[in-house]
Amino acid sequence: MAALLARSTDGGLDTFWNAVTSRQAVSALELSVWTSLAVAGFNAVAGTATAWVLVRDDFRGKALLNTLIDLPFALPTIVVGIILLALVGPASPVGIHAIATTWAILMALAFVTLPFVVRSVQPVVHELDREMEEAAASLGAGSWAIFRRVVLPNLTPAILSGAAMSFARAVGEFGSVVLVAGNIPFHTQLASVYIFGQVESDDPIGAAAVAVVLLLVSLAVLLAIGVAARWGSRHDR
Amino acid sequence: MTVDRRARLGLRTLVLAYLTVLLLVPVGLVFYRTFEHGLAPVWESITTPAAVHAFWLTIEIALIAVPLNTIFGVIAALALVRGRFRGKAVVDALISLPFALSPVVIGLALLLVYGRGGWVSLPFQVIFSLPGMVLATVFVSLPFVAREVVPVLREIGDEQEQAAATLGASRWQAFWRITLPAIRWGVAYGVVLTTARAIGEFGAVSIVSGRIAGQTQTLTLLVEQRFQNFDFAGAYAASALLGLIAIATLLAMTLLKPRKDTP
Repeated sequence: MAALLARSTDGGLDTFWNAVTSRQAVSALELSVWTSLAVAGFNAVAGTATAWVLVRDDFRGKALLNTLIDLPFALPTIVVGIILLALVGPASPVGIHAIATTWAILMALAFVTLPFVVRSVQPVVHELDREMEEAAASLGAGSWAIFRRVVLPNLTPAILSGAAMSFARAVGEFGSVVLVAGNIPFHTQLASVYIFGQVESDDPIGAAAVAVVLLLVSLAVLLAIGVAARWGSRHDR
Repeated sequence: MTVDRRARLGLRTLVLAYLTVLLLVPVGLVFYRTFEHGLAPVWESITTPAAVHAFWLTIEIALIAVPLNTIFGVIAALALVRGRFRGKAVVDALISLPFALSPVVIGLALLLVYGRGGWVSLPFQVIFSLPGMVLATVFVSLPFVAREVVPVLREIGDEQEQAAATLGASRWQAFWRITLPAIRWGVAYGVVLTTARAIGEFGAVSIVSGRIAGQTQTLTLLVEQRFQNFDFAGAYAASALLGLIAIATLLAMTLLKPRKDTP
């Protein structure tokens, strides 16, 4: 990692700055950040709902479903890419052709980050004190008020840390998007794929410069997760 | 919560639809596409010399990387929970760093250190050969064992170890007879996760391997190469093989989880 930092400025700070602020690099970084933010936000909602259903609801096949949640972690990312190609590629059985669009990127990222929020919120829902909800109900609160005023505040730290982990994973994701994103500069070129391209065209220094920016984003997210975790444990006390 | 029945069913339907559309249908489709022309072509395409070589190379890398990470993970977890040293918080954060880093960035960093004109030059070739691929795999799957063992160590406390020490056990004996049996399911769970990640790694290995067919091509790289050569059936077949390994991983996780959670 130290080498990455040092070598990124091998050509001097000017070269570094030029590599990072080249229009193509900026557009790739922007696309990576906003698609990852979108997916993290989506996961915050969908993941929380899933965790809730898996703990509080009861239906046949729930245990199996609970096991399958981890499938995106167990599947190699390149296989996820192949899976999406089969679904929305040229031979799509549902007639959707989304390869080389932002939709394909969003789907790939949503697939690989699916378990994060579910797995961080699930144990918290499990530990939730139902008496609090019953007390709120006995005081005349409706379902929505109970959820917003009683349940949600307890879940917030777990939702945030799960969403942050989703973001960190999505922003650097490579295997699942390399086949489906299309890698069209200024359109569907992601930072990780851009870095890979720079390495392939024998410009490791330019690649290192953009990699350093990605590294800083990851570190910032790690710090944010640490802060969220402390915030969560403060709520425990 | 006293949610009325309609809201509960509505939420259940939404969640099931979400998981079906994003998870179940796509995964099912790949298996369908793989086997739609029967078993014979699949078997043929995963037993070509390139595929067999890729399979054994993948296993070889996993067999080196997983034990290394297991030993490191247990030592790191012991140091983080039982040890007292300066900079512990930093080490704690650094251990999870590979989770937050893009595999491409990890591969690039290794290339810059061990590659042509890099910082370290060893008497044998690292980049574009086995050592580099093992390094990349060790790097990306580093945190799993430690992450699983740390909470178990916190849970069991050190009273039994202290009791063993007062009875005259050496630290080594206490580790083998007391600590290791207590953390064994946590370690096993971490090993399963490490193995799955080691077998499935693509980005970092892709950069450091050079992707030479029949030499430095792992299963995941084979999938990509077949796809780029428009051999879709072959790519599906290799994907299905990796998918079966992933399902085996899930099974192992499900079997180990209850034991891990009740130390």
